[in-house]
This record gives sequence, C-alpha cells and structure tokens, in this order.
Amino acid sequence: MSEIQTLYQDLILDHNKNPRNFRKIENADRFLEGYNPLCGDRYTVYVKLNGDIVDDISFVGSGCAISKASASVMTSMLKGKTIHEAQELFTIFHKLVTGEHISNQEREKLGKLEVFSGVSAFPTRVKCASLPWHTLKGIIEDKNTVVSTE
Amino acid sequence: MLLGNKRLFSISEVRDDFPILSKTIRNGKRLIYLDNAATTQKPQCVIDSQRHFYESENANIHRGVHALSEIATEKYERSRELVRSFINARSRREVIFTRGATEGINLVAATFGRANVQENDEIVISHLEHHSNIVPWQLLCQEKSAKLRIIPMNENGELLLDEFTKMLTKRTKLVAVTYASNALGTVTPVKEIVQIAHAHGVPVLVDAAQAMLHFRVDVQALDIDFLVFSAHKMCGPTGVGVLYGRESILNTMPPYQSGGDMIRSVTFEKTLFNELPYKFEAGTPNIAGVIGLGVAIEYLTQFDWSTIAMYEKELLTYATEQVKAINGVRIIGTAAEKVGVLSFLIENIHPHDVGTILDEEGIAVRAGHHCAQPVMEHFGIPATTRASFAFYTTKEEIDYLVRGIHKVKEVFHV
Repeated sequence: MSEIQTLYQDLILDHNKNPRNFRKIENADRFLEGYNPLCGDRYTVYVKLNGDIVDDISFVGSGCAISKASASVMTSMLKGKTIHEAQELFTIFHKLVTGEHISNQEREKLGKLEVFSGVSAFPTRVKCASLPWHTLKGIIEDKNTVVSTE
Repeated sequence: MLLGNKRLFSISEVRDDFPILSKTIRNGKRLIYLDNAATTQKPQCVIDSQRHFYESENANIHRGVHALSEIATEKYERSRELVRSFINARSRREVIFTRGATEGINLVAATFGRANVQENDEIVISHLEHHSNIVPWQLLCQEKSAKLRIIPMNENGELLLDEFTKMLTKRTKLVAVTYASNALGTVTPVKEIVQIAHAHGVPVLVDAAQAMLHFRVDVQALDIDFLVFSAHKMCGPTGVGVLYGRESILNTMPPYQSGGDMIRSVTFEKTLFNELPYKFEAGTPNIAGVIGLGVAIEYLTQFDWSTIAMYEKELLTYATEQVKAINGVRIIGTAAEKVGVLSFLIENIHPHDVGTILDEEGIAVRAGHHCAQPVMEHFGIPATTRASFAFYTTKEEIDYLVRGIHKVKEVFHV
C-alpha cells in the first residue's frame, strides 16, 4: 500500500462518508467546539456522563476526511468507557499519529484507532486527526472556550 | 534571443532561469509548483544577487565613510530607482521600502489613518480583501469608533461598483482595495474605483500584492494615492516590500516607526525627522532583500510583457476548461477579468484532503481559506483548493494537475 492508501484506508473513508454519532445530544452534560484555523475544520463534541462513565458521546461539524473520521471513530470507541480510559486512549492515539513508539500492551487497547497509523507519515495532518480528541480533552478538563489546535 | 531591446519570451528558456523548477520532490516526483499566489520561485540572477551582496558588498547604508558602505548605499538606492520606474512614480521620494505589503498597509493605517480618521468616519474596503487589508482597518476603526464599509461582490466574485458609488459620503476617509484577489483571481476595476473615489475627494490605497507578477501597474496613469506590494510574490526575496505614496500625502503623515535613519537630528529635547522617503524607513533595512527586488524587476522587465500576458491568459483559459470538465469539480471565482488563480472544489472531498493527495503526486497547491475568510463565507464554503500560476507555468503542468484531481477522486472512490 502507498502512503496515501495507508492514510485513506477504507474504514476512514467509510467513517467520513457515513459518520457515526453525527448528531447533537440535546441534554448533554458538556459540549465544546474545536477549531483548526489552518484549514477551517470545526466540530462540536457532546458528552453525557453517568458518574465518570461516558454514557453518550456525539459530534457535529465539518472538516476534512481525516478529522471527521477521527471524530466518528472516537465517539464510537468511547461510549461506555470511563473518563480515565478516554484520557489513556488519547495518550496512545497521540503517540500513534505522531509516530512515537507504542508498546504491545498499548497497541492492544487501540482497536479500530489503528487505522490512523498512516497519519504519522503526514506531519501536516496530525492536527486533523487529533482535533476531536483535543476537543474531548477540553471537555474533560472542563474548558468553556473554543479549543484551537493552533 | 532578443527582439528589439526585449528578450523574446520562450517558456523553456524561462524555466531554465529558475533552478527549483527542475528539482524533484517526494521520492523523485517531478515538482509541479502551482502555489505562486503564496510565493513565486526565484530566478538564478536573484539568488546570485543575495550571495554576491554578502560575499562582496555587505556594509550598512547611508552612513559609512568607507568604500563598501558607498557601494551598498548605491545598490540599495539603485533598487529604489528601479521600483520608481517600474511603477512609474513621479519621484524616488514616493518609494518606501517595507517588509512587505502587510507592513505597507499597517504603515498607512498607523500614520495616515490615525491622523485623519475620527469618530463616525468611514473606511471602505471590499469583500475580496485578504485579511491583511481588513484587520489593520478594523483595528483603526475600533480605536477611533469609525466604521468599516464593505464593497459587495456578485456570484462570480466581481465587485459591484454601483454599490460602491452609493457608499461614499463626506465621512469616507479612505478606500483600500485589492487589485487582484488572492483567493479567486478577480482583477478589480482599479481605474474606475479611483475615479469614483476621487470624485468624492477620497484617496485610494491599492493592494497590488497579487497583481505585480501578472501585469504592469502605473501609479500615475491610475492616479493611485497609495500602492503596496511584496517582493517575494514577483520573483524577489521574502521580507521586502514597497509602499508607494503620493508625495503630497506622505508629507502630511506623521512618522511610523522611529529610530535611526529616519531622523535628521536628535537632541534629548527634540528630534527633526528626515526627508522622504527615509522618514518612513527607521532602522537598518533589509539591504540584500531590497537589492534582490531590484534584480527581480530587471529580470521581469527584460521581457515584452504583452506577450507574457497573452501566454498567461491562454494558460488560465486552458486550466479552467480542463479542470471544469472533470465530473464533480466546481470552480470558485469566475470573474471576467482574472489573473492565474484557479480555486476549486471537488464534490464531497475536503480541500485539505485534495491538497495532501496532490502533494503526494509532487503537485504543490494551497488548501484552505487563503487568509480571505469573508470570501469563503460569501460562497458558503469553509475552504477551497487553489492552483495559482506564473509566467513559467506550462500547459503540461496543468495536465499533471488534472491527472492529480482524477487521482484524488480515485483515492476517495468517487
């Protein structure tokens, strides 16, 4: 597979075309907008918590295929997980897209997120993949303003 | 080959002048450079001029008693004369060197603007502007409680002159308008805009950053009051630009930055400012850069520009037809008068993804809002992919772009 084919794997193209959890949660506990001023990607992530468990998570907005697929895969992975598990996943995901070493134990936790392994070959696209995650991090840290990747 | 006293324009010979155009990129892919609106490539003579200056002529200007300083000063001032003649300014005093078009606009906003704009006054700009010709005026309006008025545009990306005429009042203090849009390529009717504004007694600043590469600008024929442009968008080095100002207006303006070179005498009680243009050139300037700009102007003016204008027009027509013919592609910006800028969208594929896949093919384009978010908003889109051409762009490179777009669609299975 060429680097481009590795970047735009079928699963990513599918999540871009048919994003999962692409809706607003009306009674969300928290929501936050994430914005990448470089390319104009803009998403709002909604979270409904049950204690420290992510009861429901969704997003709306627009942007490139990488950012949209990332938001879609992220929301489908995190439903039912604890906030701590979400934070841990973000740390591993960030290592994956920036090309840092990942232990076997960490790799097992990645699951579907593995499809973003091609991103690390494209430094300009790391921000696209991580924008939804940064937005989620902002929610977890209870930030009220727009999260920016710049 | 020379024809009369001008060098005959031959695309293959011209390409040989630009060493980067024969380089490969991304594991041996031929470089297809279609990002000329962001910055142009540099001919060998401009590259050599930088090295030569630092190797053989480097000294500070306007103050040395020694031979090197004399040489550097002479070269620097020679560039000023080349610029004067290039834009047909009346006097060298009207040519001020800046860091670029952005600094030129900021200079005018901070001096002419601060001195002349009062509460409830109005500044008119257009919907086509780059952020650099929006934000300085917005800040000035905030500071002075003045109003920013926007000349609207139509669906092709052309300004509506009737609306502009209605906008001018006794309160209008300045019109600041682009000559060519970086996002869409639209060439604006600057001559008419100046005539209408002057009929109301309003001076006009023209942002010619995107114009200088494509056509000659004559400040006297157009009767322009301020003109700004950047060297790096016309084959010169980065970090240098020009502000042209009508001498009678420049004389009334307070200084911009202060320090060395812009003064005549300094005591702790009082400072006398230097004469034009030095009053607006505080500190040691980008000497090598200014000299490089002069060399770029000499390079550009060796050609008969009407031949190049015809070539560029043909190139843009070819590119527009080829790209438009691809299924699912929509061109943004369809003005009758355009420079070589082709902004487009591929259905259901974000421009950022298009840019990445084209890049993988060795094709350099820009993807984004092009620092012109109001233009994007006008079309209801977040971004476009932009291919921008220069006189050294070939039809063959356009064919690469077309194949690249097909590749993008293939990757996305559309």
